[in-house]
Amino acid sequence: MNITLLTSEILVVLLGILIMLFDVLLPRQESRRSLGMMAVWGTLGILLYTFTLAGPPATVYKGLYVLDTFAVFFKQLFLVSTVLALLFSLDYVQDWSRNQGEFYALLLFAVAGMMVMASANDLLTIFVGLELMTVVFYILVGFHLEQVKSSEAGMKYLILGSASSAVLLYGMSWIYGATGSVVLTEIAGKASASPAVLLGVALMLAGIAFKLAIAPFHLWAPDIYEGAPTPITAMLAMGSKAAGFAILLRIFIVALPALQDYWLIAVSAMAVISMVGGTVVAMRQTNIKRMIGYSSIAQAGYMLAGLMAADVPGVQGMLFYAMLYIFANVGAFAVIVSVSQQTGTDEIEDFAGLAQKSPFLAVVMTIALLSMAGIPPMAGFVGKFYIFLAVIEQGHLWLALIGFIMSMVSVYYYLLVVKTMYMKEPKDSRPLLVGSSIGVAAVASVLMTLFLGIYPAPLADFAKAAAQVLW
Amino acid sequence: MIGLVHYLTVGTLLFVIGLYGLLTKRNIVAVLMCIELMLNAVNINLIAFSRFITPELATGQVFSLFTITVAACEVTVGLALVFRVYHDRDTVLADRLNWLRW
Repeated sequence: MNITLLTSEILVVLLGILIMLFDVLLPRQESRRSLGMMAVWGTLGILLYTFTLAGPPATVYKGLYVLDTFAVFFKQLFLVSTVLALLFSLDYVQDWSRNQGEFYALLLFAVAGMMVMASANDLLTIFVGLELMTVVFYILVGFHLEQVKSSEAGMKYLILGSASSAVLLYGMSWIYGATGSVVLTEIAGKASASPAVLLGVALMLAGIAFKLAIAPFHLWAPDIYEGAPTPITAMLAMGSKAAGFAILLRIFIVALPALQDYWLIAVSAMAVISMVGGTVVAMRQTNIKRMIGYSSIAQAGYMLAGLMAADVPGVQGMLFYAMLYIFANVGAFAVIVSVSQQTGTDEIEDFAGLAQKSPFLAVVMTIALLSMAGIPPMAGFVGKFYIFLAVIEQGHLWLALIGFIMSMVSVYYYLLVVKTMYMKEPKDSRPLLVGSSIGVAAVASVLMTLFLGIYPAPLADFAKAAAQVLW
Repeated sequence: MIGLVHYLTVGTLLFVIGLYGLLTKRNIVAVLMCIELMLNAVNINLIAFSRFITPELATGQVFSLFTITVAACEVTVGLALVFRVYHDRDTVLADRLNWLRW
């Protein structure tokens, strides 16, 4: 048993505990910004450490926990999204009257849960990692004490989230009963198309689809996205979603390749409903966080389409897309935080004339939205290109066609926001101030979005190496 | 003779009752109790499978210990949120929580 393989998770948890400790020690009237900076630098340090983890797959404790390129890819993805989300929560959290330090600590615990999910190689570890992440998110969604919407969103997330966990667990219990094992690689050898296994697979797929906010299990997403504190909305859209994809890929590609014919049907149906439904409903939204919520349902549909290919290029496309989606989201949410902090709302009409009030924020938002829409030369185009190419090569031309049409349609509502920012007159001409940490996050997101769009090869190779581990 | 099928039947019944309550109950505390029912259905399943399918390994029993612990955490957070909601809104009825467009 080689405990050093768990170093990155242990460091994240230690950092969280340390921040809680300093939170108690700091005088009450002292600003908690230093704790936030500590979380940023600590996470950045752990991110740098994960670059030393590359190597052949290694397992801890009888193969329950595995550290391979796939796990490292997702760990780095979570840490990158945490660093950026922390950067734009610094200013957001500063206005709260209390519990600022706990916010940072809890966020880090959620990340530890995601990192466990990325490495989990049996159903029990997957479940524990998943619950560590979601239970912390229940708290964080309801964390904004000054806003009534926040506690309501937290309550709704908790009820629907724990119900979906129960469904997922019930599915796991049937898989265990039918195969006599909870280790993914052992299940792979024993799973056959018996009714018990199929019931388990269906229930597990429903449970995971809920965490991913994939239609028809997406109903919670817009409400919770609107009600949660904005940095948490961002983490739900980036980290929680990517972690869900990590366990989805592990379970379905490592443990259940024998049942591919069955689950591919369900996956294709869910991908199509998500792409179409998310795009159509997003057009009618007036609240920007709700709009991003619905568009994230469509984005999850595009990523899920990559699973339809069920081969290395398809999964490579999914991983690439998950990474670039983070940078697009960070840009969009950094702007939303800035604007809503100074105007007090997050309705789309309040973005009117943003180009005059703050040209920088308007440019960041435009690039982020165009990347989500998949317009070259942003990274979103390359991601969709990889996914649809892999899908077409496996003979699912119709699926790629639907995806292509829907991403063309989605340009409409993304450009509506851009139009509001550039064409409409602002209600007041006060210039918006941009906090330094938000500025750093926004610049990083823009640079990475353009860089990955123009020169995707390094990340694509990394994603390919990660995808190959699963076969 | 009581066998595996009997346990699984009880488990399925509990799960379905929990799911029914989850969808029909108005009081949030009752909804949380229904979720507990669903999780206990999982425990019955796990322990029954552990006893009948892999009697020499205790995999399912260990799994159910984790499930119980995690369920306790979920309910703790859930009740804390019920307090917050009651404090903000003076109600614990699910259909009154309509500030967001559910």
